[in-house]
Amino acid sequence: MSTVDEIEQTTPWERGVATLLTVWRELRSNPLALAGAIIVAVLGVVAILGPALISQDPTAQQLGYRLQSPSLAHPFGTDHLGRDVLTRIVYGARYSLGIALAVTGIRVFLGTVVGLIAGYVGGFIDEALMRLVDIQLAFPGLILALVVAGVLGPSLRNVMIALAIVGWTTYARVVRSEVLSVREREYVAAARLVGIPTHRLLTRHLLPSVVNPVLVIATLNLGTVVLATAGLSFIGLGAQPPTPEWGTMLAEGRAYLRRAWWIVNAPGIAIMLTVLGFNLLGDGLRDALDPTQQTRVEEV
Amino acid sequence: MSSTQYLLYRSFTSLVVLVGVSVITFGLIHLTPGDPAKTILIQQTDQPPTEEAVEAFRAELGLDRPIPVQYADWVTDVLQGDLGSSYYSDRAVTELILQHLPATIELAVAAMVIALAIAIPTGVLSAVHRGEEIDIVSQLGALIGVSMPNFWLGYLLIIVFALYLDLFPVAGTGGLSHLVLPAIALGTGMAAIVTRLVRTSMLEVIDRGYVDMARSKGLDERIVIYKHAFRNALLPVITVVGLQLGFVLNGAVVIEIVFQRPGLGVLLVDAIFARDYPVVQGIVLVIAVTFVATNLAVDLAYTRLDPRIEIGGRST
Repeated sequence: MSTVDEIEQTTPWERGVATLLTVWRELRSNPLALAGAIIVAVLGVVAILGPALISQDPTAQQLGYRLQSPSLAHPFGTDHLGRDVLTRIVYGARYSLGIALAVTGIRVFLGTVVGLIAGYVGGFIDEALMRLVDIQLAFPGLILALVVAGVLGPSLRNVMIALAIVGWTTYARVVRSEVLSVREREYVAAARLVGIPTHRLLTRHLLPSVVNPVLVIATLNLGTVVLATAGLSFIGLGAQPPTPEWGTMLAEGRAYLRRAWWIVNAPGIAIMLTVLGFNLLGDGLRDALDPTQQTRVEEV
Repeated sequence: MSSTQYLLYRSFTSLVVLVGVSVITFGLIHLTPGDPAKTILIQQTDQPPTEEAVEAFRAELGLDRPIPVQYADWVTDVLQGDLGSSYYSDRAVTELILQHLPATIELAVAAMVIALAIAIPTGVLSAVHRGEEIDIVSQLGALIGVSMPNFWLGYLLIIVFALYLDLFPVAGTGGLSHLVLPAIALGTGMAAIVTRLVRTSMLEVIDRGYVDMARSKGLDERIVIYKHAFRNALLPVITVVGLQLGFVLNGAVVIEIVFQRPGLGVLLVDAIFARDYPVVQGIVLVIAVTFVATNLAVDLAYTRLDPRIEIGGRST
């Protein structure tokens, strides 16, 4: 789909529609991908509408109702301060999905810009940027994020900064190698000869070919960011109590493993389902949009 | 590129990476919002220090000198094996690291063993029975394994096997019994990744000509699979397992906190919360250097083990 004629003649709008159609066909033929899409859609609805539908305050303490096991009034039970666990899970979806989208967005932007420049300019700039990527990859991702967030000070905002700094390298690599392979094609050389300015060349001729792989990686990445955010909050670096964040809720349940197993299991299941949804959807998207790419994103 | 040239090139880029790693590690302390000396003093004494106290402390830590000078001094010390000492206990950072290292290594090795013990048979079976029930179940299992937060899995294991069944201790270190649950919690996620890898690798090999050849000679299917296909499928698996070190270390931090094992992860997190920067820098540096060395070794071993690999072709 990325020949010069097609790209010149189609608008981004039409290309978007074509991509959506491809995805739709994949979802109809691939039940696992469909399951992933449904999980993600349900979570999205819960995150956006859920808090409006629930009348309870996620931080309201009812000390008379501490550690109640799941019941009709409290489907997921209550925690050590008598707060309704289901309410907190619903509010937690906002934090998890919101952070995942924000962090992944920054990563995609940083990585795409660096990858485009490195791949298109080449030479010394390319070498320098790629060494920067190598240096970053010399640290296990979560540990670097942990240290950066810790030095900046415990807060959700700092966790987001740390995770964004850590994860852009995958995009830079993919975009760069895509640009390298496209750069030498005739249609790009032709476009350059006709005198199309560089920024237009990058956005109109090189960028469209990296959209699909980036979309696939970003979807899988949303899941890893949810895991990493929950992990850092669990350690105590992210959301602080009484924020209803899933990782924080798990950490708070530690002291009540024996008496109130639901406090850790409700957020645990919520995190797992979210990540599973993104993984299933991401695998499906890859089959549909980027079938040649076999490597998975296992980095943080 | 000849293999000697490649060796030199990779060693050189690794050196460049190490210099960058040292700059980042050193620079971490300067990420602190505000004045590090003041922040540390507040942390230590729990009250706003006087201006003179901050000045004195800054001079004591050498933070009053120009940053390039501080960096040069730090690197010189590091190259001599001196990572400084903790702000709190005055113990040498190297000593602290060596004291906490065994618990982490123990956990990492045990988790790797569990991961391989699960992943290799599952991955092979999955590939041999591609598309059948066993394949679908194992792939779904792997997906769930990848999606599960390992700290939650740790709590699940504690609830079931330590609290209800009372088979293993809840936390701490000691004999083998203390190692079982954390190793399972850490190894499961890795098993999921490696299973997918073994499966892909086996599928590639099964479709190759020499496997068909072995089959058409009339060899028993089991011999074909386990002698011809499996051996060749194992090479990429071994190298990637080597590269899973980062995954193990990432996971070990969290798992050590769940099971309260006094390893490097707990040491690092405690040091971060206490703003004990020499300890943080020391651990980060040791981890990064180990990581760079492992990657270099795996890369070189790979090109040596499989002569079909085009040298230098993998770096893009």
